[in-house]
Amino acid sequence: MVLLPRLSLLLTILSVFGTLCRANSSGSSSSTATESETATTNTSTTLTTLPIVTWKWHHIETPYLVALWVLVCWLCKLVVQLNTRLKSFFPESGLLIICGFILGGIVWGADKAQTFKLTPRNFFYFLLPQIILDTGYFMPNKLFFSNLGAILVHAVIGTVWNAGAVGVSLWGCWLGGAMGDLNIGLLQFLLFGSLLAAVDPVAVIAVFEEVHVNEVLFIWVFGESLLNDGVTVVLYNVFDAFVSLGGEKINAGEIIKGIVSFFVVSFGGSAIGVIFAIIISLLTKYTGKVQIIEAGFIFVLGYLSYLTAEMLSLSAILSVTFCGVCCQKYVNANMDEKSVTAVRYAMKVFANGSETMIFVFLGVTAIDSVIWVWNTGFICLTILFAIIYRFIGVFTLTWFLNQYRLVPIEVIDQLVMSYGGLRGAVAYGLAASLDETRIPEKNLIISTTLIVVYFTVVIQGLTMKPIVKWLKVKRVEPTDLKLIEKVNNRACEHVLAAMEDIVGRIGDNWWTRGWKRFEDTYITWFLMKPEARKNRDYLFSIFHKLNMEDAVNYVTEGEKRGSLGFLRSGEGTNVDFEKKHGMEFSGVMPDITSELDFGIDNVPVTSIRNPVPSVSLDIHEQDMKSMSEDFNAHHLLQQNLYRSRKNHRHKYSRSDFTINQSEDEVQEIFQRTMRNRLESFKSAKMGVTPVKKITKHPKPNHKMSNVKTTDKSYPYGDEDFEFSEADSAYSGDGAAARGSPPVRAPPYSLGGGIENPAFMPEMDTPPPPWLTEAETNTGVAPSQRAQRQLPWSPTNLRRLAPLRLSNRSTDSFVMADVAAAPDSSDESPKEPSEEERDGQRDGTHM
Amino acid sequence: MGSTSSTLSKIPNADELIQETGFTSAHLARLFERFEALDKDKKGYLSPQDFEAIKELALNPICDRIIGAFFSSGQEMLDFSSFVRILAHFRPIDNNRTKEPNSPDPINSRINKLKFAFQLYDQDKDGKISRNELLQVLRAMLEKQVTEEQLESIADRTIQEADLDRDDAISFEEFRKSLEKVNIDHKMSIRFLR
Repeated sequence: MVLLPRLSLLLTILSVFGTLCRANSSGSSSSTATESETATTNTSTTLTTLPIVTWKWHHIETPYLVALWVLVCWLCKLVVQLNTRLKSFFPESGLLIICGFILGGIVWGADKAQTFKLTPRNFFYFLLPQIILDTGYFMPNKLFFSNLGAILVHAVIGTVWNAGAVGVSLWGCWLGGAMGDLNIGLLQFLLFGSLLAAVDPVAVIAVFEEVHVNEVLFIWVFGESLLNDGVTVVLYNVFDAFVSLGGEKINAGEIIKGIVSFFVVSFGGSAIGVIFAIIISLLTKYTGKVQIIEAGFIFVLGYLSYLTAEMLSLSAILSVTFCGVCCQKYVNANMDEKSVTAVRYAMKVFANGSETMIFVFLGVTAIDSVIWVWNTGFICLTILFAIIYRFIGVFTLTWFLNQYRLVPIEVIDQLVMSYGGLRGAVAYGLAASLDETRIPEKNLIISTTLIVVYFTVVIQGLTMKPIVKWLKVKRVEPTDLKLIEKVNNRACEHVLAAMEDIVGRIGDNWWTRGWKRFEDTYITWFLMKPEARKNRDYLFSIFHKLNMEDAVNYVTEGEKRGSLGFLRSGEGTNVDFEKKHGMEFSGVMPDITSELDFGIDNVPVTSIRNPVPSVSLDIHEQDMKSMSEDFNAHHLLQQNLYRSRKNHRHKYSRSDFTINQSEDEVQEIFQRTMRNRLESFKSAKMGVTPVKKITKHPKPNHKMSNVKTTDKSYPYGDEDFEFSEADSAYSGDGAAARGSPPVRAPPYSLGGGIENPAFMPEMDTPPPPWLTEAETNTGVAPSQRAQRQLPWSPTNLRRLAPLRLSNRSTDSFVMADVAAAPDSSDESPKEPSEEERDGQRDGTHM
Repeated sequence: MGSTSSTLSKIPNADELIQETGFTSAHLARLFERFEALDKDKKGYLSPQDFEAIKELALNPICDRIIGAFFSSGQEMLDFSSFVRILAHFRPIDNNRTKEPNSPDPINSRINKLKFAFQLYDQDKDGKISRNELLQVLRAMLEKQVTEEQLESIADRTIQEADLDRDDAISFEEFRKSLEKVNIDHKMSIRFLR
């Protein structure tokens, strides 16, 4: 409540600013915030002197006002959301409408006229499409299609029933004299009934999502409201045509035409949507190359499907709905994971943003003395009939449907479903687009529609939650995703299909399975990338998702415990790698982390024991002196995190932001890892002290370890290889970086077993930070050739993964041997990291 | 209805079966027709081969498990009443049926549905789903692209989720608990024609 003064102040300031701006533009008073045609004629006064700045309000008036209104509407939403106490019992949509009242009042106060309102054109072309696309795109497909029959029955028959019954009843009451003197006829009443039959998905979702009803109920109400919009618009157009034809000209032929057009328009619209869904899916098969704008295709094509259907006078709403519903699966499989996320968020931004604007403007629009025509009888009867016939329709249709349902819809659910018939902006949009010349009572219709909208959204929305609670409607309990549930569901599906086979009945499961087979054999082949087709198993993706969640939780928890210690124990890298490659590589992770970790901890020792061996290293010596704890951390990151070849690409690059994407790199990481493993393994077998820094040093060095003997036979260019103790690492690097530019000369931390120089170009560890410049500038690209010549293919290497366990003791032994004592203690917790994590996971699940 | 009653008269203990399984007589008659159709050699019982002859069923990835569930006692013969009893597991739970206080659970109760699902996994009937048993089912159900290692880790994870006593196997109690949130009634019911 503290926020309320602040809120109103804020809003006042903003709107006053808005209106001030408007007031300045005294010339074009007809322009509204959302109307695009504005006279942007510039002042054509002759210049007498060069103006330094000029006031160019007319130039930017329309876009400026649009942007300002968007901002104000969104701020309203923010303010509403900040009010947690009010929000807990008041539906957000209702609050937004009330905000709209306030804003409208301010505008009215400043302008003494209604200057901003929701025009049908803006609503249908700029605000509605993204909402419908969003709902379609995020439709729970399986649920939707398995309930499609029921949804269609409600959306088509229910809507027609509502429109007809409301229209005819009102007409009857009018004949009976309940509303006084009105210039209106049966057809107009039917038209009014049809526009009022639109149960608004926006309002319904807004309320039902807060209530969390069970999923079947949700999909029924939601699916119905979505499809019913399409149906309503079609019905409205038919009646609108009838009205303009005039009562006398309507004969049986015209009525039949009307019915035919109803179906053509609905199914035609849906077909357009499906066609566009196919286009989107096909396109995303190939958009990987332009990954940055990949996500945009969905929006553009979705919008085009809306406009195309509109152009062909088919149902645009149904078109964009089915476009979203049909393309989601293939799009998600085809696109990169990042693009999928981008689509998801962008879609929500657009949809939520325009939803907010719609509600606010529904409120703003109301503050207008012109549209208000009060007719108590008409308005009350409309509300009454709208509710009563909704109840009758839902109960009758559900009764019929229940005869054929496995699990019947309960009476309570039916009650909620009837009560959830919220009318919204679609009804208003249709009412506002009525033609005043043909419907003289347009204003009465608009004001009645607005009242019905307010009544349903605010009153019904407000009471929905208590009613759901009071009636004890089955709700969804938020549950954790569980693999065992999914596994069992899969098993159950098979069992049910089998039982239907045994009983010899063609049932739902038969159809589901038939469709699945068809989809698997033809549709996926047609619409999905080959590589997306491969790992598409649902259970596996669930498994993957769970693992990802674990990994994220793991990092979060580790960071909570203190970032440095967390990093030091090498767990960070572990998780990082896992995230990239799934669990396939997890087996080999402990090894690199251990080795690299070792390398770091050795650094101080290095500087002490090996005072700069070559003259050329002064600068780097300075660096080394300043080594500190956080340097260590930094260095650790440098070494542990894979340094991508593309890392010179900057954040501001517009074309691409992803790194670490190419197959080559993944492979390289893998090979590096494997080599480390293999070496430590081998060296352990030979009983050799394994961890050395290999550096290419300009001049032969002093300490040669016995390891050298194992690989003397491999020549590597003209360079000499040295196996000094880990000590000389840093000095060596510096020399290499400056002395011999074309050579990549990072410190190489590895076990001493085999050093096959042939692999060196591929497998070098990333250089320390101070070498970054030199490295990237000299542009030592890895020779692709060398990589391809590798005798080991990753699949061969993977076979080695199970060795990890046997290897562990060796590693720690090695660590203990070379490194100082603290290192080995650092070592121990991360070695059995997998088991450890399993343990943790158990803990969280218990 | 005439055909229904004539079919019913052929069923030996029709009344008891109706009482026990909750099928209506129309259901029962239809099931009996189906039973006879499946029994190609008119031998009066069904053998596993009769089930395997159903074309669609043979394509089912876990068809051997499902057929196995019908022949749980180890014999190779399935008479009509056992056939009906097993199918009765898949009748939807009916709410409006008056419940006698001390009557045993109907065959289609939630717990019995769960038990049916459980025994599909539990091949060796030791009351526990071992890792190996789960792995076999997963192997059958998952698509070919999933590698053996992945299968194993999926199996491990699945067991971890359910395994409360850490014996690396899922007992029925654990199975029931882990599926508490699942609407088994929806997942394990089919509509029988009247």
